[in-house]
Amino acid sequence: MSTEQTHEIRLNVNGVEHQAAVPARRLLSDALRHDLGLTGTHVGCEHGVCGACTVLVDGQPMRSCLMFAVSAAGHEITTVEGLSRPDGELGPVQQAFRECHGLQCGFCTPGFLTTITAGIAENPDPTEDEARDMVAGNLCRCTGYQNIVKAVCRAAELARSDEDGAA
Amino acid sequence: MKPAPFDYVRPGTLEEALQALAGHPEAKVLAGGQSLVPLLSMRLAAPAVLVDINDLPGLDHVRVSADGVRVGALARHAAVLRDPDVARVQPLVPLALANVAHATIRNRGTTVGSLVHADAAAEMPMVLRLLDGSLDVVGPGGRRTIPVAELYVGPLESSLHHDEIAVEAFFPALAPHTGVAFEEIARRHGDYAMCGVAAVVTVEGDRVVKASAGYLSVSDIPTVVDLTEALDGSISDASLAAAAEAALEQLDPETDIHATADYRAHLARVLTARVVTAAYENAREEKA
Ligand SMILES: Cc1cc2nc3c(=O)[nH]c(=O)nc-3n(C[C@H](O)[C@H](O)[C@H](O)COP(=O)(O)OP(=O)(O)OC[C@H]3O[C@@H](n4cnc5c(N)ncnc54)[C@H](O)[C@@H]3O)c2cc1C
Ligand code: FES
Ligand code: FES
Repeated sequence: MSTEQTHEIRLNVNGVEHQAAVPARRLLSDALRHDLGLTGTHVGCEHGVCGACTVLVDGQPMRSCLMFAVSAAGHEITTVEGLSRPDGELGPVQQAFRECHGLQCGFCTPGFLTTITAGIAENPDPTEDEARDMVAGNLCRCTGYQNIVKAVCRAAELARSDEDGAA
Repeated sequence: MKPAPFDYVRPGTLEEALQALAGHPEAKVLAGGQSLVPLLSMRLAAPAVLVDINDLPGLDHVRVSADGVRVGALARHAAVLRDPDVARVQPLVPLALANVAHATIRNRGTTVGSLVHADAAAEMPMVLRLLDGSLDVVGPGGRRTIPVAELYVGPLESSLHHDEIAVEAFFPALAPHTGVAFEEIARRHGDYAMCGVAAVVTVEGDRVVKASAGYLSVSDIPTVVDLTEALDGSISDASLAAAAEAALEQLDPETDIHATADYRAHLARVLTARVVTAAYENAREEKA
């Protein structure tokens, strides 16, 4: 077989511009992990079901396993690595997961953190039902979800007090 | 698994996109990728060329007028669902869309892509069929409108030609004195349903003058059944049971890993009664 053609792409991830040469079939999840070395994004099912690979594309949660890196060029990608505070401290959603024991093995966690980050930006004060709905597309095999739902509400609370502090 | 190699183009105009499709018999359109990419990764499809249409201008519209809702090829499920005018003019569209996958999938997947993909387990092909809508497509020969009655020809098969691009779907508005309802049962919220039913019921006073229901996951193509005769004008336990039996005569539930054929038939009966009743009540409230 002839060598596969590659595309020179620029990917804006967590505010940093990266360059990579990738074949068209490179999934965004693999480009993040293998080409850019950002292994925070996890890959579970690779067909859109588990949510572990969820990243933000222009602020909206999307499955990075269902997008090609070539298609992501020109968009702003946020991965779990981009969720901490500028000083390196945990961001509100991360902090809430720690406080509420929202993780055990942690495999699913990056997808939850990105999804919830966008979720509470859209709905800053979710009810417990809304919190459940927010994470309904993400699978976790360890926690039983109770603490994740608590963490959603706690994250919203932390983010609101950040806002108040900033105002 | 990973997709097999393919050539990739992302044209900036519809003309270029059509040329790219025409240029290769094994070229395929990539829209939101929420159905196509899993198929590629599982190697159930291996097109030679992918024509990414996400940069095509002027296709992400959701346009609402008195006669119905027009959805452009690049309007994501989420954008259609969020539009309050859509809910006003044709409430069945958001009722069904809220059951299409999870929010994260809806952020990327397009409603038109779902219509072209023609999955009998998907909500929107059934809804388009029930509402008697249409799909506009553009090909080398120009633009044509495919009435939904001619769109779904077989399992996962629509009558689009390989070198055509769907540009806009049309969902007709809710008629006067008419109500709609939708319900589905899935293993988990956001999964493909084991059975789903939508109903459209028109009344004159308390009498049912027209009723039909659409079914998903209980036949191999999106199926609509006219229930007017079976209901015989009224809503009662007996007429609803007759309607459900009339529907089952035209359905073909199958057993798979999610549900047995019998269970699917049971769900179709129960859901028929529920959604027809709900649509009837909505129609009576619709006094306008
Ligand atoms: C985990 C998961 C759960 C899901 N659950 C549901 C569900 O419950 N219900 C449901 O209905 N769907 C579900 N989906 C599928 C989802 O709705 C897809 O968005 C939709 O089926 C396809 O739209 P797309 O834009 O992603 O199309 P793509 O995946 O890009 O394309 C699908 C097919 O349509 C063709 N195509 C797309 N757009 C055009 C066009 N404009 N012109 C010509 N051809 C075109 C492509 O060539 C391809 O063959 C689910 C998906 C996932 C990953
Ligand atoms: S790895 Fe992408 S959804 Fe599971
Ligand atoms: S913490 Fe282990 S899968 Fe969620």
